[in-house]
Amino acid sequence: MTDIIKTEHLTFSYPPDEGKEPVLALKGIDLTIEKGSFTVILGHNGSGKSTLAKHMNAVLLPGGGTVWVDGMDTKDESLLLEVRRRVGMVFQNPDNQIVANVVEEDVAFGPENLGVPTEEIQRRVAAALQAVGMDEFTMHAPHHLSGGQKQRIAIAGVIAMEPACIVLDESTAMLDPLGRREVLDTVRWLNKNKGITAVLITHHMDEAAMADRVVVMDSGSVVMDGTPREILVRMEELRAIGLDAPHTVELLHGLREDGFDVPLDALGIQECARAIVEAL
Amino acid sequence: MKPIIRVENLTHTYGENTPFCRSAVDGVSMEIYEGEFLGVIGHTGSGKSTLIQHLNGLLKPTSGAVYLGDRDIWAEPKKIRDVRFRVGLVFQYPEYQLFEETVYKDVAFGPRNMGLDEKEIDRRVRAALAFAGLGEDLLEKSPFDLSGGQKRRVAIAGVIAMDPEVLILDEPSAGLDPAGRRSMLENIRAYHRQKGTTVVMVSHSMDEVAENVDRIVVLANAGVVMSGTPHEVFSRAQELMDVGLNVPQVTQVAMELKRQGVDIDPAVYTVADLRAALAALKGGRR
Repeated sequence: MTDIIKTEHLTFSYPPDEGKEPVLALKGIDLTIEKGSFTVILGHNGSGKSTLAKHMNAVLLPGGGTVWVDGMDTKDESLLLEVRRRVGMVFQNPDNQIVANVVEEDVAFGPENLGVPTEEIQRRVAAALQAVGMDEFTMHAPHHLSGGQKQRIAIAGVIAMEPACIVLDESTAMLDPLGRREVLDTVRWLNKNKGITAVLITHHMDEAAMADRVVVMDSGSVVMDGTPREILVRMEELRAIGLDAPHTVELLHGLREDGFDVPLDALGIQECARAIVEAL
Repeated sequence: MKPIIRVENLTHTYGENTPFCRSAVDGVSMEIYEGEFLGVIGHTGSGKSTLIQHLNGLLKPTSGAVYLGDRDIWAEPKKIRDVRFRVGLVFQYPEYQLFEETVYKDVAFGPRNMGLDEKEIDRRVRAALAFAGLGEDLLEKSPFDLSGGQKRRVAIAGVIAMDPEVLILDEPSAGLDPAGRRSMLENIRAYHRQKGTTVVMVSHSMDEVAENVDRIVVLANAGVVMSGTPHEVFSRAQELMDVGLNVPQVTQVAMELKRQGVDIDPAVYTVADLRAALAALKGGRR
């Protein structure tokens, strides 16, 4: 068993406005997320990416088809707690996820609800805060922290429950570049060093570059699936569904038109510059 | 060029006489010129939101002054409301501030408070919606039934409808997807071009600022650290990075090329400019 999340023919529609036909937000998604992987799910607003994410820890239940989390069918109510214990979720707005007046208590909220013994909670809270690089803020008031710091506290609250997988539902959308960097570095560190599976929902293309795998959604379906290098070079297709290619790719496309012999997938700044120097 | 707003040695201190006392803006002097499209950039905590809230009198300086035209806006505190009509401020995430039953009523709220007659209000509401990129079919809808991007446009229309002399937008594209961001900026640019109104856009996206504005003011640690045209500012890219700001990817590539010995101006910031520079270079080598 190497899949942590598996969806089969997953469909979902939100309750329609009065007198209107329901519209499918997810149109038959077949997707498996491997244990230990780092996947980015891209899509414009309304593409269904958040709806899909909310199926990954049973915040939403399938309208049709099935979602398995670590082999458990999310529709089975008796397994709900186990499902949520496996997959933790961090949401978009840092201000809506803080529940306590002290950082330490906020992070302890999750494991307390799982009935973890007090001493074990203390150990987990300390370890979680250290993992997100916020241990010096243990006794601080969360509302005085920056957006990026608040999101790292939210992540600590999730990993204190020791999940196998963490899903970040547009958790970087409201942050500035510095805050985004903090959150991304934290997630990457947890993925590489703690083996926690990471699923990041975003519309920032530069965040996709650091993942193992990029899944692109459009109007409720998966339209692309591959490594960042395979996906991010498809500039025209990405544009057509309301996304952007990184500027490095746009530049390389342009240089090719101008007669430069450059590859299209030199995504990073340094490799892009190197490729240009070679073609000059 | 004539300044429309002049900020003189402005300091704003939060929590004075408490242990949390902190100056969010410290001795800032700057000018905003009539008709320009100005970008204000800085990381979180650099003081940019505090600064712009002084420009229409929402905050009062702890010391220093703000002039609109030739007048200190706090010369007659009772007339501060007039300043708010003349300098329109769109907050971050303004969609959370919609409150009326219909889009029409929400956008009409500002002009109505200005005491305009119904005919003029109607004209302004329709013009503002068009500038904000919304169709008239939305007029009688509840703003709460709209998508996030549409809600934000309604909020912007509500400020545009007051026909301000200066329009200030705090992170108008935050949280929008790439297509939404592009079209939002196109609308703002078109508004600036067609109305000739002074526009100030606060952003933390260097790419966005570089591609759109005439002039940039960079804030860091409660003060102005740089100002000038995009080219002037990005020629000091290393300093920008030192204060925790990202420079456009294109500029970073150009800087890296320079470092690798390519004879190129590293202060380029658009794909088109770098392409042109490289094509010229290649042509010269042949």
